[in-house]
Amino acid sequence: MNNHEEARDERPSAEKTHLWDKPENVNRLLRVFYALCVALVLLDFVVHRHVVHPWERFFGFHAFYGFVACWTLVVVAKLLRKILMRGEDYYDVD
Amino acid sequence: MWIDVPPFLPFFLGALLVALAPRGWARSALLLGIPILGGLNLIGANPGPHMEVEVFHYTLTPFQVGTFSLLFGYIFHIAAFIGNLFALHLKRGDDDTLQHAAALLYAGSALGAVFAGDFITLFVFWELLSVTSVFLIWARRTDRSARAGFRYLIIQVLSGLLLLAGALIRVHETGSIAFGYVGLEGLGAWLIFLSFGIKAAFPLLHNWLTDAYPEGTPTGTVFLSSFTTKVAIYALAVAFPGTEMLIYIGAVMTVFPIFFAVIENDLRRVLGYSLINQLGFMVTGIGIGTALALNGAVAHAFSHIIYKSLLFMGMGAVLHQTGRIKGSDLGGLYKSMPITAALTTVGAASISAFPLFSGFVSKSMVMAALLEGEHYMVWPVLLFASAGVFHHAGIKIPFFAFFAHDSGIRTKEPPWNMLLAMGLGALLCVGIGVYPWPLYSLLPFPVGDFTPYDLTHVLTQTQLLFFGALAFVGLQKTGIYPPELRSVNIDAEWTYRWFIPRVIRGLVPVVSYLNGAVRAVALGAVFGIKAGTSRIYGPTGLARHWPTGSMVIWVTVMLAAYLIVYLL
Repeated sequence: MNNHEEARDERPSAEKTHLWDKPENVNRLLRVFYALCVALVLLDFVVHRHVVHPWERFFGFHAFYGFVACWTLVVVAKLLRKILMRGEDYYDVD
Repeated sequence: MWIDVPPFLPFFLGALLVALAPRGWARSALLLGIPILGGLNLIGANPGPHMEVEVFHYTLTPFQVGTFSLLFGYIFHIAAFIGNLFALHLKRGDDDTLQHAAALLYAGSALGAVFAGDFITLFVFWELLSVTSVFLIWARRTDRSARAGFRYLIIQVLSGLLLLAGALIRVHETGSIAFGYVGLEGLGAWLIFLSFGIKAAFPLLHNWLTDAYPEGTPTGTVFLSSFTTKVAIYALAVAFPGTEMLIYIGAVMTVFPIFFAVIENDLRRVLGYSLINQLGFMVTGIGIGTALALNGAVAHAFSHIIYKSLLFMGMGAVLHQTGRIKGSDLGGLYKSMPITAALTTVGAASISAFPLFSGFVSKSMVMAALLEGEHYMVWPVLLFASAGVFHHAGIKIPFFAFFAHDSGIRTKEPPWNMLLAMGLGALLCVGIGVYPWPLYSLLPFPVGDFTPYDLTHVLTQTQLLFFGALAFVGLQKTGIYPPELRSVNIDAEWTYRWFIPRVIRGLVPVVSYLNGAVRAVALGAVFGIKAGTSRIYGPTGLARHWPTGSMVIWVTVMLAAYLIVYLL
């Protein structure tokens, strides 16, 4: 059941193309997504947020923090691979 | 309640009946009927002790409704129903009888623990949780699962022994076996804290979870994710609310696992790490200890059980259908499993705490409690973890399983019962998210004027998540995002799976050499003494003439002394 070596392509030769097979669909989705991101930041001009934590006072704080947090997370995790990553059979061999 | 029976009893009897019942509709009816009837029977149970038994001068309370018991009681029934439905299709070749019975016993043990009124009862169910659940790992019948199961069992039983030791010391100190507030004072309390900490996957005590859960059966891990750690959360909430150290332990728990989750290839292990991350929010809430925070902690446990089992069901369905679960082997499955993909995405949205999904209405209580208690240093840590959980569980899980590059795997949707169980989980995720008030009404303390859906909450959370997603898009487009690689990442388990065995193996020649050297010296000494003795006392030894010879000398000396004294 777990024999991953046998992962083979089971695509029928004449398969219909699916939604995300077309790059233009992906790009369309991304354009909508970018527009929403811009709109969400601009809402900070309009909405009067109630602020508790001192950092929340900054314009677009949550957007900025979310972006930086995720970017940092991935970059640091990638660096951690240098220390933590071992072969798949690391614990299986003596 | 119609009949006043301890909630674990229907499950234990049910397990026996399931083992005896023939496969087919009778067994299915039992598996689905027991959680429904048990749950309905529990509704509106009065607070306080319901059953007391005298044993050796102690009053055991096997059924007591405490402050937090009912909420956990309800969700455990729901989790057991969803899990049983998800596992309904199991066949003889899957060890179906074993898995079905073990799951019922496991769920029953969890119920026993959250309705235990004393330490002895708690200890019994604490250990039963371990010995019943391990079969859901062993039933996978692989070499890896066998070994992971043993490691899991050893650590879980150890947690139970710590609980017993701590409880005995406490009973000696206080004279009472009642399970209630403990607080961190004295050796007994610390042992109990450590025991709870193991089951709640505190940092460095967490490895049993990420080691064993990914090795469970596709259906078994759904149960595993629901019960053990949440019993620990319940126990912490009862015994250690407002313990400041828990705020910091919880904060660490929210952060460190997400780094592992980003680089982990086994998608069920990714979910294991994100489980610890979510437990961190609950532990922090318990540490704050205010009504809002405790409400948040247990509400989050409630919604967490549903969305986490939904995610494990989604990945279980993928594993069941394709036999693969590694991110590097999967991708593009939305083409052949669109319903599974959609339902898993609902779970992903819930764990990420998107507005209108269940995680949002419970996690925001803990976040609000942090600000209310002016924990201004901890709040950014949990906010970082909130963005991080979206990244690794919200995006990574659906993306690498169902989208990303097309792995070429073509399969079909899982059996109807799996889809139905996932559908039910997804429905609850959205239901709680859209209309949280029934959940709020079950919380131990009045919710007051707290509302998750004010404009600030919704806007800030959406900004956080959208820009987290934007970072993901950016990292993918620039190629910085680390690819899924077939690999193992070492974690705290490295100490007992790699380091200690090698230290022991390295010590064998040293010990063997020392052993030989000491024996040689000792033998040399023995033989030396023997030879010396035989030289002096042996048949040809000197000592043969010693007695007369020495006596003559001593007599001479004494006579000489006498002569001298006489002459003086």
